[in-house]
Amino acid sequence: MSADTAAELAIEVTDLRMSYGSTTVLHGVNFRVARGEVVALLGPNGAGKTTTIEILEGFRMRSAGEVRVLGTDPAHGDESWRARLGVVLQSWRDHAKWPVREFLAHYGSLYAPYSTERITRPRDVDELLEAVGLTEQAGRRVGQLSGGQRRRLDVAIGIVGSPEVLFLDEPTVGFDPEARQEFHALVRRLAEVEDTTILLTTHDLDEAERLADRIVILARGRIVADSTPEELARQVEAGAEVRWVRDGERFTTSTRTPTRFVRELFAAHGADVDKLEVRRATLEDTYLAMVHAAESGRDGAGLPELGAPRAAVERVAEVSS
Amino acid sequence: MSVTATATAVRSGLAAGRIETRQSLSSVQDVLGMLFIPVVLLVVALLRRGSDIGGTGFSLGSTTLAGLLGLTLAFNGFQAVAFNLLMEREDGTLLRAKAAPNGMVAYLIGKIIHSAATTLITTALLLVPGVLLFDGVRLDSVGAWFTLAWVLVLGMLATMPIGAVLGSLLTSPRNIGIVMFPLLALFGVSGIFFPVTEAPEWLQWIAQVFPVYWLGLGMRSALLPDEFAAVEIGDSWRYVETFCALGAWAALGLLLAPVVLRRMARKESGSAVEERRKAAMQ
Repeated sequence: MSADTAAELAIEVTDLRMSYGSTTVLHGVNFRVARGEVVALLGPNGAGKTTTIEILEGFRMRSAGEVRVLGTDPAHGDESWRARLGVVLQSWRDHAKWPVREFLAHYGSLYAPYSTERITRPRDVDELLEAVGLTEQAGRRVGQLSGGQRRRLDVAIGIVGSPEVLFLDEPTVGFDPEARQEFHALVRRLAEVEDTTILLTTHDLDEAERLADRIVILARGRIVADSTPEELARQVEAGAEVRWVRDGERFTTSTRTPTRFVRELFAAHGADVDKLEVRRATLEDTYLAMVHAAESGRDGAGLPELGAPRAAVERVAEVSS
Repeated sequence: MSVTATATAVRSGLAAGRIETRQSLSSVQDVLGMLFIPVVLLVVALLRRGSDIGGTGFSLGSTTLAGLLGLTLAFNGFQAVAFNLLMEREDGTLLRAKAAPNGMVAYLIGKIIHSAATTLITTALLLVPGVLLFDGVRLDSVGAWFTLAWVLVLGMLATMPIGAVLGSLLTSPRNIGIVMFPLLALFGVSGIFFPVTEAPEWLQWIAQVFPVYWLGLGMRSALLPDEFAAVEIGDSWRYVETFCALGAWAALGLLLAPVVLRRMARKESGSAVEERRKAAMQ
């Protein structure tokens, strides 16, 4: 790999395949994440998100395909490579007896030999505690934290080494809305202020839309869409369903240009048009349609193309009929 | 791994060992846990203080106390190490270590320090009242201290790595009985509660295959007067045999542990911890 590509791309996944025995969970996954980008790996449960992220973290061996994280194959990543990554784990009760600040300082000390001219490792522990809102809890034992506080500590541990790439696997599962909002603000701050490359998995479209520069939709071990939330939304806008009644008869039509269609409809029939309804597919409709199409396809036969608006409109018709 | 990184990992591991030992000493639950076994064993030994071994005039209480120090070593080395490893795999501590650079090295060093400290503290808790309360139990010569020191060090080396191997091979802390019950059976036949020479010969051979017997013998040889050796196999403390047997177990453990630990660590992942969490919650 040339130095240029390595510098621009944080993550490169080419034809990644994973099987457990006879069960295939990833069928040739391809995607790239540029430096400083925030990408959400979105998909329903069992789509292969966690498997993918664990392969990238170097915690799981892949069956086939090429994977590069910061230019290194995670299967052979050494400790200096590991020092440039951050992994936010779903902690449960580890290190329960350790005081919060002591644990963070201790864990961070492992990163000290990996400081570079550009990046100081580890972060200042007190600043970090303040950033995640745990200053008051610094002397408390980890086991005494509330669920939300504990999760913020997980994030603090994940970023104490000033990672260049941060992995977040289902970061907000089990959060109440307030904790979720705080967490989202924290992630956005990391991405904006620190320019950290972030790959997160979620099954929550809303979360993906809020946080990510780009959404990669994974369903049944395949990528069914890979675009910015705006692009996804634009593809959706291209599809809408118009319904009306004229002379007691019901009409339904799908169109990519609903505004023009309605204008022409009135031009042609004027006051005869009654009970007009224009229903735009939402981003969620599109997402659900993609997942639905992928999941009903026999091992991917007849999968929609990237962001297929047709699938979305069909879904709309289905929903509203 | 560069030299500075290695030095950092070692330093960090030493710090973790120190911190966790301090935590144990300041936690009521941990202190009670550490005290419980020595106190029970001390009571057992005290109750037997009056009787002597098969009319030899040697106090059964004194030999029992010395043997119990060997038992404590074996218990801390096998059961406690295996159990801690299982617990910390389940609760995600190990995965946390794996996610940091050189985290595993630091984790292992920390665990070794903590386990060794726990063993030494428990030993001291038995030894101090032992020397004061039991006739014949004494540490009044350089030789006795020397024997005590090498039996302790070699004893930890012979048990802790094997404990780590057992902890890596088992899948859940709830399976700890697989280690516990054979260990209890071994305690029964290893000459700790009665001289092994009173057992049938085939049982003596079984006992001598495992390190528990040698840990007990080593402790007796350090703490008891030489006359007590009369009830041992071969009427001798058999220092050389003790050294060789414990050394062989240490070598086996140190050979196996890195391979098994590495294999176990490689399999640790977020979803593995999550599965165990779900299993434990049920």
